[in-house]
Amino acid sequence: MFQHDRLNNEITLFQKIKNLDYILLVSVILLSIISVFVMYSTDGGEILFHTKNHFVKIAVFFPLMIFVAFFNIKFWHNFSYIIYFIVILLLIYVSFFGIKSSGSQRWMDLYLFVLQPSELMKIAIIMCLAKYFHRLKIENVNSFTSITIVLSIIIIPIIFVISQPDLGTSILIALSGLIILWLGGMKIKYFIYSFLTFLISLPFIISFLKPYQKLRILTFLDPDRDPLGAGYQIIQSKIAIGSGGLNGKGFLKGTQSYLDFLPEKHTDFIFTLFSEEFGFIGSVCLLILYSIIIFRIVRIGAISRSNFARLFCFGYAFAIFIYIVVNLSMVLGLLPIVGSPLPIMSYGGSSMLATMIGFGIVLSAKINHKQMIA
Amino acid sequence: MIESNSGIRKADVINRRMFIIGAAKVVVFVGIVARLFSLQINENKKYLTLSDKNRIREWKLPPTRGNIVDYFGNVIAGNLKVYQLHIIPEQVENFNYLLIRLKNLLNLTEKKIAKINKLKAELKPWDSIIVSENLSWSQFVKINNYLYDLVGIKPVMTISRNYPFNEVYTHVLGYVSQPNEQEILENETIQERFVPGMKIGKLGLEKRLENHLIGKNAIQRYEVNAYGKRINQLEHQKGEQGLKIRLTVDTEIQKACGEYLNEKAGSISVMDIYTGDIIAMYSSPSYNPNLFLFGISQDEWQLIRNNPLKPLINKTLSGLYSPGSTIKPIVALSALENKVIDTKFKVKCTGKMELYGQTFHCWKEKGHGWVSLKNAMKQSCDTYFYEVARLLGVDRLNITAEKFGLGKKVLGDYFDIEKKGLFPNTVWKKNNLGKGWVLGETLITGIGQGYTQTTPLQLCMMTAQIANGGYAIKPKIIVDSNPISYEDAKQSMESGLLFDTDTEELLDKKLFKNQKNIKIVQEAMFASTNERFGTSYKSRIDDPKYQFAGKTGTAQVKRISKRERELDLELEQIPYKDRDHALYVAYGPYVNPRYALSIIVEHGGSGSKAAAPIAKNYLN
Repeated sequence: MFQHDRLNNEITLFQKIKNLDYILLVSVILLSIISVFVMYSTDGGEILFHTKNHFVKIAVFFPLMIFVAFFNIKFWHNFSYIIYFIVILLLIYVSFFGIKSSGSQRWMDLYLFVLQPSELMKIAIIMCLAKYFHRLKIENVNSFTSITIVLSIIIIPIIFVISQPDLGTSILIALSGLIILWLGGMKIKYFIYSFLTFLISLPFIISFLKPYQKLRILTFLDPDRDPLGAGYQIIQSKIAIGSGGLNGKGFLKGTQSYLDFLPEKHTDFIFTLFSEEFGFIGSVCLLILYSIIIFRIVRIGAISRSNFARLFCFGYAFAIFIYIVVNLSMVLGLLPIVGSPLPIMSYGGSSMLATMIGFGIVLSAKINHKQMIA
Repeated sequence: MIESNSGIRKADVINRRMFIIGAAKVVVFVGIVARLFSLQINENKKYLTLSDKNRIREWKLPPTRGNIVDYFGNVIAGNLKVYQLHIIPEQVENFNYLLIRLKNLLNLTEKKIAKINKLKAELKPWDSIIVSENLSWSQFVKINNYLYDLVGIKPVMTISRNYPFNEVYTHVLGYVSQPNEQEILENETIQERFVPGMKIGKLGLEKRLENHLIGKNAIQRYEVNAYGKRINQLEHQKGEQGLKIRLTVDTEIQKACGEYLNEKAGSISVMDIYTGDIIAMYSSPSYNPNLFLFGISQDEWQLIRNNPLKPLINKTLSGLYSPGSTIKPIVALSALENKVIDTKFKVKCTGKMELYGQTFHCWKEKGHGWVSLKNAMKQSCDTYFYEVARLLGVDRLNITAEKFGLGKKVLGDYFDIEKKGLFPNTVWKKNNLGKGWVLGETLITGIGQGYTQTTPLQLCMMTAQIANGGYAIKPKIIVDSNPISYEDAKQSMESGLLFDTDTEELLDKKLFKNQKNIKIVQEAMFASTNERFGTSYKSRIDDPKYQFAGKTGTAQVKRISKRERELDLELEQIPYKDRDHALYVAYGPYVNPRYALSIIVEHGGSGSKAAAPIAKNYLN
């Protein structure tokens, strides 16, 4: 049986290349190019530190993505738990020996670049849970044991990340985990109950927040209460986006960023600069590009034979979606400010590394979409 | 097979739930696009404005003050280019080295260096520090020669107020200097146009006409970054120089006034008797207003402040003096008008007059004998005027005196330092001192002593109104928009058709009941200067073309004791502050008069010796 042969034997390199998802690849390349140009604009129209480094990161991590893609999806399935545990170990390492910067301890020095393990956890948790639900019998999904186990898988890394402290990343990790529980078939009422519990205990949770986090929530509710302090970022961000108009101010002509009114313009607020310079039309185009990427990932999940690949792709698509939504809502003043980068666009090695590895695994699922995993 | 079944069922669950998520994603993305739309399309204008507000900042430059010119258009308060030296700290490589270099080049004091260091700490690194506001040309050249070595230094050319005639006009113009907080808050125009380093009028017309003179700021628009640093210039809006103000004064005469008074304490005022134009108004001693422009040094200030001759006081407007005998023309006129006396009325002067046991002395101990009005005025016989005043009464005298401008401000509200003086009457004394009027007071009022207090400008105006035939004039120091020539003024005055230049109302300007009486007084004043035994006969001019009429006056500073009267001391033997003030009022030429003047020399002794010769020089 021809089909059987193909499934059990290694696919040739040529076939692998042929089976890559080119729409996804082209979208990622386009996004990378745009991000380099935007980074060039944040540097004031010169090739400086951020532009160079961002380009180098793309140049390194894009091939890494292809490299990841060429491993069989079975391989990623087999190593999922191990990867999860390695990242947990890194988180533990960071909480003891990590580099401190502006009040939080999130990073480890790898000589070539500084790694933020919590970013890797965003991928690792999806892999880990996808594997768990792949192996779990559907009858046992709502059993007490399995619920305990999956909740532990989610909560353990979150404890480390939240103590760094890094609220933004912990929320993203939690959401990435929860979406797998949802997709895996956990009862809807559990979600509803926990959501209600969350709402009721919200005031209680807020009392546990750090003062600066409370301030962010207050500022979100009323940015004008302290326009030069806590509200400054969001006010300036809205001014930048709003003043962009339909067509934008033009490439390299965003006065808000060029004249340094925008804070964190390289990282979390990169969309603000993009939107100021390219306007509503540019912003919508960027959203469409992201939508294409998300749609392709979902499609790859849908054609995958193995539930691991399916869960991973759906989970990862949702994660990308959530990153975008949280970031954009933040810069548009729809959510309080939580540190969360925009995938590919934002400056930051770990985020880029995690995103590219994620794409790599998705492409691996595409190449091996007919692969069954026992 | 069960495995596989389970797997397929699981895939179904996953796909179904994915579909729900997918739908949710679409909704959320639509929401985000809607938000983008509302910010970027609906509220675009609002945010565009906010963004411009962020990035565009305006810098106002100091406005250029309007010039003040004299009647003939000579600039008496102008603007001068000055050379300044600025440091821009962020461009300086080695600040201490630079300061040492500058210290050597410009001879800066340690205090100044400390001040620069303090400013450096306070200002943003791109704000310039003014090292010197007014470099001399040679210093400016020196700095420019060493510019290669002085990185971060900016020689700047700017404009500053300048008074080309130095002390000549100080008491008319005042001066400008840096405003204090109070002054900025009080005047809205200054508040709106204020820029650090700008100077405002502190005194005199510079202060009164501030809102006309101030000018409009030039505005430079710059794009700035979030920290306020200028990135590039967007626009330059030209400013407007303040209005040019033309005064009625004549610089040649004003200058001459200063020379005649020659650092003696006193005042000279000259007025056109028809138009009321003030030709000169000099208070002596004066001081140099240019000293105040860049901050006067403590030493110079103390020198001016502690000068016993009080240069800071504007004697013309706020110096109050007893008019002495210069009041006699008004006493005579009042008596004539009230028909108390006529030209034939005579009094015998024995050198003193007794009244209720009190003795009132004439200045001439031996007495003048029988004197008529003309002789009494000519020789300034006090006894005659005691008697006339007694017959006339102070209240009638007061009416005439106030008609001629005594006890009222001459220039209205142009100078807030101007005093209105006082001419007493019985009601005034009752209301203000709470006591009844005493006849003896009438007598001394009749020779210009007692309660009467006048400013030199009031005496000048009084004289002018006698000289022009008894018509009221409205003195002014600023030339109107449609100035009236003196011939026209004279003509309309004499024909009784005088219009107020502001309201264009026909004014009844006659100050007399019978113009003959004015003529009598004029003749008496002429005699006083031009006939033998006249008090200012020595100061007469023989050329009929330039003959003038006048009246001397000597204002006692303190009561003369009996002993002193007997001693009859020479001027030099009396302590300075006890010496009499010398006064003189005059108008000329006697035929077709044109100008009236008043002269006061503080503690100058008698009017005939100290003040009248100045008038002679002047009218020559």
